[in-house]
Parts: sequence; C-alpha cells; structure tokens
Amino acid sequence: MTEIPAVIRAEGVNKVFTVKNADPVIALKDIHLDVKRGEFVSLIGPSGCGKSTLLRLIADLLQPTSGEMVINGKTPVQARLDRDYGMVFQAATLYDWRNVGKNVQLPLEIMGIDKAEREKRAAEMLELVELGKFAKHYPWQLSGGMQQRVAIARALAFQPALLLMDEPFGALDEFTRERMNLELLRIWHATQTTVVFVTHSIAEAVFLSSRVVVMSPRPGRITAVLDVDLPYPRNFETRELPRYFELVTHVRELLRDAHTFDE
Amino acid sequence: MTKSFERLRYYLPTIVVAVAVLALWEVLVTVLNIQQFILPKPTQIAGRFFEEVNLFVTGQGSILFQAAGATFYEALGGFILGCGSGILVALVTARWTVLSEAMMPFAIAANSVPIIAFAPIMNNWFGLTNPVSKMTIVAIIVFFPTMINTVRGLTLIDPRQLELMRSYAASDLKILRALRIPNAVPYIFSALRVASPLSMIGAVVAEFFGGPRATLGVFITQEASGFNFDRAWAAIVIASLIGIAFYAIIVFAERRLAPWGTREAG
Repeated sequence: MTEIPAVIRAEGVNKVFTVKNADPVIALKDIHLDVKRGEFVSLIGPSGCGKSTLLRLIADLLQPTSGEMVINGKTPVQARLDRDYGMVFQAATLYDWRNVGKNVQLPLEIMGIDKAEREKRAAEMLELVELGKFAKHYPWQLSGGMQQRVAIARALAFQPALLLMDEPFGALDEFTRERMNLELLRIWHATQTTVVFVTHSIAEAVFLSSRVVVMSPRPGRITAVLDVDLPYPRNFETRELPRYFELVTHVRELLRDAHTFDE
Repeated sequence: MTKSFERLRYYLPTIVVAVAVLALWEVLVTVLNIQQFILPKPTQIAGRFFEEVNLFVTGQGSILFQAAGATFYEALGGFILGCGSGILVALVTARWTVLSEAMMPFAIAANSVPIIAFAPIMNNWFGLTNPVSKMTIVAIIVFFPTMINTVRGLTLIDPRQLELMRSYAASDLKILRALRIPNAVPYIFSALRVASPLSMIGAVVAEFFGGPRATLGVFITQEASGFNFDRAWAAIVIASLIGIAFYAIIVFAERRLAPWGTREAG
C-alpha cells in the first residue's frame, strides 16, 4: 500500500508497423518497464531500436499492437486528454508566428486558462529556463539552445506530472548540450517532474539519469536496465568522477553486447 | 545619412541599367530612323504620359487616367472576389481532407486552362460594358492559384507540430486556428503576389474583347488602330505602373503581417 505508484507501466508491449508491399516491422517486442514518480529515466540505443516509438506509445501519439500501457494509473488516451505529460522534440517546434511568451502560453491557451494566469505562468516558466528577458522575441531570433529552452518551458507550463523528451539536445553542439544537461537537472530538481529522456549519447544518459534503459534494434527491445548511483547534485565535477567513467564504459559495453547479439 | 547612402548603393545598379536601356532605346530609334508606329522614342512616350498627368492634375479630365481607374477597379474587384473565394474554398475543403483530395486534380487542371478564352462569353453573360464581366474573368484567373496554394499551406505541416497539438489534446478547430491558418499565411501571400499583377493582365486582356471606351484595354486597341502609338504606349506605361504598385503593396503587407514567412520559401 505504501509503495510509490508507477507513473508509467508497460507490460508486454509490442508494436508492429505494417508496411505496404513489405514485411511488417517489429518496432518493439515484449517491453516491460516501470517508471516511478520523480525518476529520471533515459532510453538509449542505436537508431531503429524503437526508443522514440516507445516514447510515442507513452504519449499516445502511437498505439501498441498488443500489451498493456498504464500512465498515471490511466490509459494513455485518458492521460493525454488529461494533459498528464509535456513533450519536447529534437527540433524545438516553436511557432514562428508567436513570440516566445505566446509560444509558452500555447498549451495553456488550449486548456482554456484565462489570459492573466497564462501570462503569469509563462513568465514564471521563462524565468525557470532563464529566458525571462526574451518573452517578446521571436523564435527565429534565438539560438538553437535558447529555442530548446523555450520548448522545455512550454512543456512545463501546465505543470504536467511527466516530461517526455525525444532527443531534445541532439541538434546542439557539445558545449551547449552539456550546459543544457545541467540546466535540465536543475529544472528537474525544482519541479520534481518525472522525466523520460530519449538519447543516443551515452555520456548524456549517464550524467542525467537515475536509471538508464538500454535498448537494441531488430526487433526493438530492452536489453538492460542500469541504476545510476552518481551522487546529487550533479555538476561539472560529476563528469570527472571515476564512477562516472565506469558507468559510461558499462553502458557502452551493454550497447555493444546487444549489438553483436543481434548479428 | 549613411543609411540612405547604403540604400542608394543597393539600388544604384538597377537604376543604371534602367537608364542605360532607355538611353539605348532612344538612340537606336533615332539613329535607325525607326517609324513611330513600330516603336516611339521613350521621350515621346514620357511627353505624352506627362501631358495626361497634367490634364489629370489640373482637373481638365484625362481619358487615360479615367481608363486606368476603371481597369484597376475591375482588376481589384476580381482580385478580391477570386482570392477571397479561393481562400474560403480552401478552408472548407481542407477541413474535409477527402473533399480537397478529390478537388485538387480539377483545380490544378483548371489552373492550366487559358481562362482568358472565356472573356467573350463573360461579355455575353454580364454585358460588354458591365465591369462585372471583366471582374469575373480576373476572379477565375486568380481563384485557382490562390486556392491551390492555400490548401498546400493548410495541409503541408511539419508532423512534429501536429504531434505537439495532439499531445495537448487540442480540438480540430483549435489546430485550424492556432496552427493550420498561420502556417498557410505565407503560402497565401505567395499566391497573392502572383495574383496581383495577374489581375491587371487579366483585366486589360479581357478588355481587348470589348468594353467601355474608358478602359485601358479598349484605349490601347483604339489608339493603336488610330496610329496614336505614343498614346497607346502611355497606356501601357500606366498599366505597368499600376501592376507594379499593386505587387509592391502585397509585398509590403506580407512583411508587416507575416514577417516569419518572408524568411523562408513561402
């Protein structure tokens, strides 16, 4: 009874894509995954391992072929309709015709929240991602890293229980990416949101996560789950700890094993 | 000071080319002794043009300016009618994907029909001197490119942006208002940019098939057959100026209303 309820529970989830004039593609096979409240879980694996597909199943942007998926104790559809999660993609997908403030307000607008409250919350969120002064700027006037921070502010604007991120920093250069990682950890601590984070950077997965889920392709499946026991708060020094290197090496080996296993 | 100098430097090559072409024209017509019914000198055309300007400004009445006003009225009426209904039909059909998919091939086929060929029929329908006959032709000409482009703008959307809207559980109406319509605005402007000079061309050519005396198409055909070539050319100049001004207004409106669209291929 006192056990923390899982925010995400996947039981024997399969996803098969039927392709015209070709064999069906098994994108995900027999996925079992529990994500608890407040966790930061990374899904890592080479392209084609189904990590983005799994994220889309959680988000109800795709539906599983078989198996059960429970989000916040509800079906994924209900969770989506209840706006239980915020989503961040690799591209910031901001609307060019809205200024930064209005972009952050978009989900609030759709939820029918009144203007004063919308503006207040958007200002708070922009403050959180340290872009308070940029509310009146347009997306195309910002750098890639800043745009992605706006996307994070937008995803958090309605205070969802769950933040789903699909390679959010994949298009950024290494320096910006490391700064964004620190930023994200700070936001995660401040908001206590549960995060599911798709990436193919081993360093990023280890640095950010409380748990790393290693996946492998053809068919996409989970091959290992690793607890990351690096101390918090994590900062630039974390990346220099011997334990950090051990974990990075370990994940790399897991990925390599999974790959040779496949061929 | 420096800013206007910068602008001057930017436009200088264009101005130089324009002046050079006009000078060459003037010299060639004089040297080769070309008859004025083949090609009048630019100075002669300009002289006639400013004579008309003078008549107009001093209130003595210029039939050329009267004609220009009448033709622009037809062009503008047809433009508003055709582009307006093009955008409306696109909004309705894009709402029902099946309908727009069924209509697009017809729209694209209709777009390649020489619509101007219907001008005599429109004259029969609405009357030779009724501006509606010309407006209808213009409206049909600009309708199809506007409709096709608007449908494209409403439907060619980054799948991520649609996923984002789905993740917010946004209604179809909200997606239309917050995503599809703003996404279509640069596409619509690119259609309007094509449609603005097209509407002037449509109106003038439709008038070649007959219309009131005081319209540019009729004016040009009558003056040309009466060997008043400088007057015919002055009418061509004013038709061009209206076409260019119309286009410039659309471009200006686009920069003001959809600044994000002018940065990418709309």
